[in-house]
Amino acid sequence: MDTLLAANSLAEYLHTNGVPFFGQLDESTAMIVAAVVHVALVGAWFGLPAGLFIWAERKVSARIQDRLGPTRCGGKFGWLQSLADGIKLIQKEDLVPKDADGLMFRLAPYIVVVASFVGYIALPFSDGWAAMTLDVGLFLTLAVLSLEVLGVILAGYSSGSKWALFGAMREGAQMVSYEIPMAICALCPIITAGTLNLNEVALLQSGGAWNWNVLHPFNFFAFFVYFTCATASCKRAPFDLAEAESELVAGFLTEYSGFRWSLFFLAEYASMFLVSGLAVVLFLGGWDDGLGIITAIKTAFPDGLGNFIANVIGLKVFLIKSSVLVCVQIWVRWTLPRLRIDQVMTTCLKYLIPISCFLFAGTVAYPLVLAKMSGQTSIIGAPAGERLVQPGVIREIKRVKSTGITPAAVKVSAASPEGGQP
Amino acid sequence: MQAIGPNPFLFIGAVLFVCGVICMTTKRNGIGVLMGVELVLNGANLNFITFSRFTPLGLDGQVFSLFVIVLAAAEAAVALAIALNFYNNHLTIDVDRGDELHG
Amino acid sequence: MSSAEIILFWLFAALTCGGAISVCVSQNVVRMAFSLVLTLGSTAVLFLLLGADFVGATQLLVYVGGTLVLIVFGVMLTATGPFTRIKSSAADGILSGLIGVIFLFIVASTVTSVRWMDTDKEQGVASKVAFGTHAKAVEGGFNPAQQGNTTRQLGLSFLSLRPDRDLNLSIPSASRKVPNTAPVVPGSPVMEMPEASASEPKLSAGYLLPFEIVSVHLLVVLVGAAYLARTKRRTKS
Repeated sequence: MDTLLAANSLAEYLHTNGVPFFGQLDESTAMIVAAVVHVALVGAWFGLPAGLFIWAERKVSARIQDRLGPTRCGGKFGWLQSLADGIKLIQKEDLVPKDADGLMFRLAPYIVVVASFVGYIALPFSDGWAAMTLDVGLFLTLAVLSLEVLGVILAGYSSGSKWALFGAMREGAQMVSYEIPMAICALCPIITAGTLNLNEVALLQSGGAWNWNVLHPFNFFAFFVYFTCATASCKRAPFDLAEAESELVAGFLTEYSGFRWSLFFLAEYASMFLVSGLAVVLFLGGWDDGLGIITAIKTAFPDGLGNFIANVIGLKVFLIKSSVLVCVQIWVRWTLPRLRIDQVMTTCLKYLIPISCFLFAGTVAYPLVLAKMSGQTSIIGAPAGERLVQPGVIREIKRVKSTGITPAAVKVSAASPEGGQP
Repeated sequence: MQAIGPNPFLFIGAVLFVCGVICMTTKRNGIGVLMGVELVLNGANLNFITFSRFTPLGLDGQVFSLFVIVLAAAEAAVALAIALNFYNNHLTIDVDRGDELHG
Repeated sequence: MSSAEIILFWLFAALTCGGAISVCVSQNVVRMAFSLVLTLGSTAVLFLLLGADFVGATQLLVYVGGTLVLIVFGVMLTATGPFTRIKSSAADGILSGLIGVIFLFIVASTVTSVRWMDTDKEQGVASKVAFGTHAKAVEGGFNPAQQGNTTRQLGLSFLSLRPDRDLNLSIPSASRKVPNTAPVVPGSPVMEMPEASASEPKLSAGYLLPFEIVSVHLLVVLVGAAYLARTKRRTKS
């Protein structure tokens, strides 16, 4: 718990080296400063893509529908349009309907925003560039993402409008259902890598595109199921039943206006980027460029400036990959028709959950079958992290003196079958 | 957390437990009673984790609290199904109204 | 130990207690539900503060994200019109509040009268050990050896492997019946295997059987809840 606020390296740096004019900081001050820096960085990244992707969405949808989209605001391509929209939304009056439960109506957008903001806490943007390298990284991210639905239900219920209530009920049912196949599919690469730490998962895939989890036979399909579920859990079309404007006005957003309405949209675009980033880390190699360039730089310059430059390149690669996935979500939204609510639930409960369970079982069985075919006697031979074939791993992780605790323990328990129940 | 020690955590656990018991006994809404049960279970969980941190109970405390969480989820599902059935039959969720077996 | 953690502790302790009390006091069932969300979420943060990362995340995922959403659904399905507020009488409220205070006093005085520190042979025994691939990860330098990384140990204990005990990693042998001769160096992961001999059982019990029972139990609950909540077909009459 000494690293609750993570920021370990930065906090330690501030603690040991001190800051100009202030001298050395004591430990908790250093940790708080580091936490503030991380929050500012992640917060900037939380707001930035929302603006960019809203603009991108308008341009892409316009092109798909053979229109021009925003053209005036901020030069030729209208790239300041989101900023102008934001200014307009902030100036609007903050309305609370008479029938609404005022306190909870005002509270709901913040729950949604905080949920999708905290989701960024464990997402590695480049090697080690995460606010917190947690050992339960993916688990915590999924847990926090599942809180978003509470804000949506709260918004719908407290609005005091039947459209909002219907929208919230649909949305709650949909998000809770789609969380299950999404989590199961996100666990498939976790099984392959043997760790929940997102940084380690991405690191195990580095060194070239042939190492990426998406080329694993079961993870390949898991990727598509995950992406479908992620799209649904971001309440994006074709799963945007909650805001189905042809039947529900605007769903749970009906009574919202101005800044609170824009908070919902900020959260939606931020969680779109978040689930895409998770997909990249889990399946598409994270910050790895696929050709081994970053790996080569890191091998040539193990530390110092070269490593830093490699990390910056990795950051850009990660952002590009995630943005491509977000653009796929936009593309899907503007080309596919909306499903009916029963079709949405059928897709999840009758198809996606069985498929994801099958993929999960397959991912578990795959290394065991491989081990059997290659003639290993113990099916749990290597430690979990070493099961992945990795020709060009960048950092040869130094072995601890007592290597192979897991095989030893397994051998003992295999040798004495009564060992489990003394 | 050496500076804090186990006692504040145990006190919070006690507050959760007492609030849960009061909630179970005084609420007439069936789902309110269910919420009281959740509070009691959480108080117990907090105690388990505290002891796993501060005493040689070790990992077992965390394992126990995981079991408690899972069983609480199961219990909530069944209790909620019962509450909905009750609502269907009596058209109210007031537990004081379910007294037709009261001789 | 940093003062930041102490501040966080008192903040979330206040949130937890305040949420729990407002669940008790509030008469509006929707308000109660969201006070419960506040309480359980803050409890998850307290778990994280206690170095139980996995349990904290489970609390968030299963409890707050799953169970409470279910309860909120129940509230929304049943809290129509007059049933949103079902009031108890004022006398009931005062009486139960009085009993609650007395009860809390009894429990709290009992708890604080025990000196738990005496039982505290080695602090934070569950969470300080780097193990397996995690040990290598720590050595590799990208995963700080922080406390609270109990995920692997929890997983192995569900498979009935107890590295935290059998590998003599953290538990002092004096507090266990299992005789372990290897010395414990505090703070450093000593990963000696106990000598395997046929005479005495060396390995500790895990939780494989309870884990399987809970899995089957969950399946039964799934079927049972679906059966209870199914749509009744009314017989035509």
